[in-house]
Amino acid sequence: MRQLIEETYRRESRRILATLVRLLGDWDLAEEALQDAFAEALAHWPAQGVPENPRAWLVSAGRFRAIDKLRRRARQAPLPEGYEDLLRAPEEAFARAEELPDDRLRMIFTCCHPALSQEARMALTLREVCGLPTEAIAAAFLSPAATVAQRIVRAKAKIRDAKIPFAIPEGPELAMRMETVLHVVYLVFNEGYHGSNGSDLLRADLTGEAIRLGELLLELAPDPEVKGLLALMLFQDSRRASRLSPEGELVLLEEQDRGLWDRDGIARGQTLLDQAFAEGRIGPYCLQAAIASLHAAARTAAETDWPQIAGLYQVLRRCAPSPVVDLNAAVAEGMAFGPEAGIRRIDALLEKGELAGFALAHSARAAFLERCGRPVEARDAYAKALQHVPADGPQRRFLSRKLDSLQA
Amino acid sequence: MKYLCLIYGNEKEMDVRREGENRVMLEEYFTFTSDIKKNGKYLAGEALQPTATATTVRVRSGKLVTTDGPFAETKEQLGGFYMIDAADLNEAIQIAGRIPGAKTGCVEVRPIVVFANPPA
Repeated sequence: MRQLIEETYRRESRRILATLVRLLGDWDLAEEALQDAFAEALAHWPAQGVPENPRAWLVSAGRFRAIDKLRRRARQAPLPEGYEDLLRAPEEAFARAEELPDDRLRMIFTCCHPALSQEARMALTLREVCGLPTEAIAAAFLSPAATVAQRIVRAKAKIRDAKIPFAIPEGPELAMRMETVLHVVYLVFNEGYHGSNGSDLLRADLTGEAIRLGELLLELAPDPEVKGLLALMLFQDSRRASRLSPEGELVLLEEQDRGLWDRDGIARGQTLLDQAFAEGRIGPYCLQAAIASLHAAARTAAETDWPQIAGLYQVLRRCAPSPVVDLNAAVAEGMAFGPEAGIRRIDALLEKGELAGFALAHSARAAFLERCGRPVEARDAYAKALQHVPADGPQRRFLSRKLDSLQA
Repeated sequence: MKYLCLIYGNEKEMDVRREGENRVMLEEYFTFTSDIKKNGKYLAGEALQPTATATTVRVRSGKLVTTDGPFAETKEQLGGFYMIDAADLNEAIQIAGRIPGAKTGCVEVRPIVVFANPPA
């Protein structure tokens, strides 16, 4: 039962929190209520059995505990503005206690509010919308966990003190704020797809959550970039079944069994991408989706249209420059124009220093060196990559295997 | 909720801006002010004399020390303020965005603290 409740927490806690924040209008109170609700589940479910609708049960338990708390607080100190109403007519105030489909979207827009710093928006969304532990967020940002924790605390204090509303923006504001939201959604997807926790490479929950958020955004604002992002996530997710061997080992794109790729996901992604390109106003997500669609369209790895991919990366470098895009562009050029070209490009990037701690830069370089018949240098590069992956998990095993094969 | 909108701008640019432009801006301010008064968002608002008229006061070791000029020398100076009543930060940002000075300088929006136990 304990395991079942933990599972429920993992699956439902963020939805419940979003609903409680809307109902209570107070983030801290809602978080306390969430913890209280699960404590009550631990106390009652073993004897009474799991309720028919666990989420509704938990929301209800949480809101009653919050009302109790407010009543107790009211005896000791005056209540902040607005809370008298909650106490006076709790049933009325909570009449709309059901989860609204928009609750999580409200939460996302609040977490991505432009009054918060970019770093805070990402950390807060990953923490509050996706329920990622602070440590995982820190690993994703390559920052100390204490820094990220501090960032989240400050952001929440600003939401409370400056009264950032728990609301979906309207009118012209919506478009401006969508951009930040898209960025955060994609980060969530990547967290699930690549996983900062190496032992849990495929967190289908998170990728599914990001795709669900993408679908919700599509409903709300069918902007080309929303479609581009959703298409991109669908293309990447379509390869889920082939990314790991039955033994749980990482399988490179070129070695994947393309028969395992989810053709429905690819078809849906392609439809969205075609729509986006037909509408114009192409942005970084559409470009990345176009690259992913070229991979999806290749029946074998050898048929991959690398020159076109390399070209798309050049456009992407101009409209959304980042060290990771630079690396991908370098890899695409290596694939299109020969491994020596790839090595030269990656070396130039490593010299700039931004990618020195990035395992993929070293492993991509190693792969090109191997192809050039330079096994000693390749081994050194794999060894460097090993220094920058989690202590265990498929990435480490993959690199160790490569290293062993070169040693033999 | 009360928000203080602090209007920062470059005083030197204000000086060199032609008389006519200043008058246009002044009229924009009058329109804006009467507009937010009409819809009940206005609590207070004033324009400040330039920082050349500022005096900064400190008490150190019980001694009153005054210095000429503003608290901090910055590229843009505090030139005026509005105290507004907005539902939340979103509304406050929308109102602040309509302050004419936001087009040339910037407006800092700060929520006002509500003390739990205000002094009687």
